[in-house]
Amino acid sequence: MDMFIRQRIKAVKKGDQSAFADIVEMYKDKIYQLCYRMLGNRHEAEDAAQEAFIRAYVNIHTYDPTMKFSSWLYRIATNLSIDRMRKKKPDVYLDAEVSGTDGLTMYSQIADKGTSPEDALESLELQQMVQEAILKLPEKYRTVIVLKYIDELSLQEISDILNLPIGTVKTRIHRGREALRKHLGHL
Amino acid sequence: MPCSEKIVQWMHDYLDGDIQKEEEQRLRNHIQQCEACREHFYALEKTVAFVENVSHFTPPDDFVKKVMYNLPREKRRVRWKRWFTHHPFLTAASLFLLLSTSSLWAVWQEDNEFSFSKQEHLIVQNHTVIVPEGKIVEGDIVVRNGDIKIEGEVHGDVTVINGHKYLAAAGEVTGQIEEVNEVFDWIWYNVKRVGYNIAKTLTK
Repeated sequence: MDMFIRQRIKAVKKGDQSAFADIVEMYKDKIYQLCYRMLGNRHEAEDAAQEAFIRAYVNIHTYDPTMKFSSWLYRIATNLSIDRMRKKKPDVYLDAEVSGTDGLTMYSQIADKGTSPEDALESLELQQMVQEAILKLPEKYRTVIVLKYIDELSLQEISDILNLPIGTVKTRIHRGREALRKHLGHL
Repeated sequence: MPCSEKIVQWMHDYLDGDIQKEEEQRLRNHIQQCEACREHFYALEKTVAFVENVSHFTPPDDFVKKVMYNLPREKRRVRWKRWFTHHPFLTAASLFLLLSTSSLWAVWQEDNEFSFSKQEHLIVQNHTVIVPEGKIVEGDIVVRNGDIKIEGEVHGDVTVINGHKYLAAAGEVTGQIEEVNEVFDWIWYNVKRVGYNIAKTLTK
């Protein structure tokens, strides 16, 4: 792990609060991004990301240095986001097996076969569709997909963060990817 | 629909970057021949590209500040320690001030004996220094723990520490006349004296 972060963590453990600002600065983008993709709105994402950092600070003594610090932070942020998702609206998520036919026709209408996904994504509507498709995933698929694609984490890291066997992580990513394909594969 | 579960499994293994060479080759061969599987695979690849390229949002500018503001208060000891290490000069200065005031305080407390600067013509009666009528005392007079009665003339400053000054109608002081009765006055008096001495050595 980065020497700088290691040293900052030591200072925080000794009670030096200002050292924590460097840690927040270092990981804020990724944690915020994670929360945003999990929750789907900026305000909640900011709130959750802030809470994640505060929890990390309060529980810094429970951090085990054999684990990657970023993985530990991701774990906190992921658990928090899942908690919030559950509190928010427990029945709005569609099962991966069920895909809205309305959505499909709408997607297909807008689809422009000649453009690459990168170009197509420049359109705001498409950005929203991708986000909506992620939000439609049930939480266990959403979590792995967000971790894998938002920060390009390895299967091993995701397995560490979620404390799940790699096989389970793989299966969830596959199912999540199939579910997303149903919404986005036709574009 | 793709042909088999196994083929789809390989597609995902491929997308995870976790596929055996041999299986990858078999997947490629199959996709070239089978349109349904090819479409499925492209749809998956496209989906991944969409999700990977979704734009990144950054948290608001005051994010770090807000987090720091909402943290529980840190230990006081650490805050002081950090302040000291970040402000070495102020630390040294305040330490100096603390030591010098406390030593002055000690002097103030201990120094209860009556004393005065010895000069010609001065008369002493029961802890009172008298400048007799018609006499001229050259130079500054300092009286500690006693009073001064000025009936004659003083060519210089008069300072009374822990005592009172009595200026008779005929008495005259050419310089400043000052009573120092409180510890803060006393400190101020010392500080001024140090400053005055520094100024004097500098101008020499």
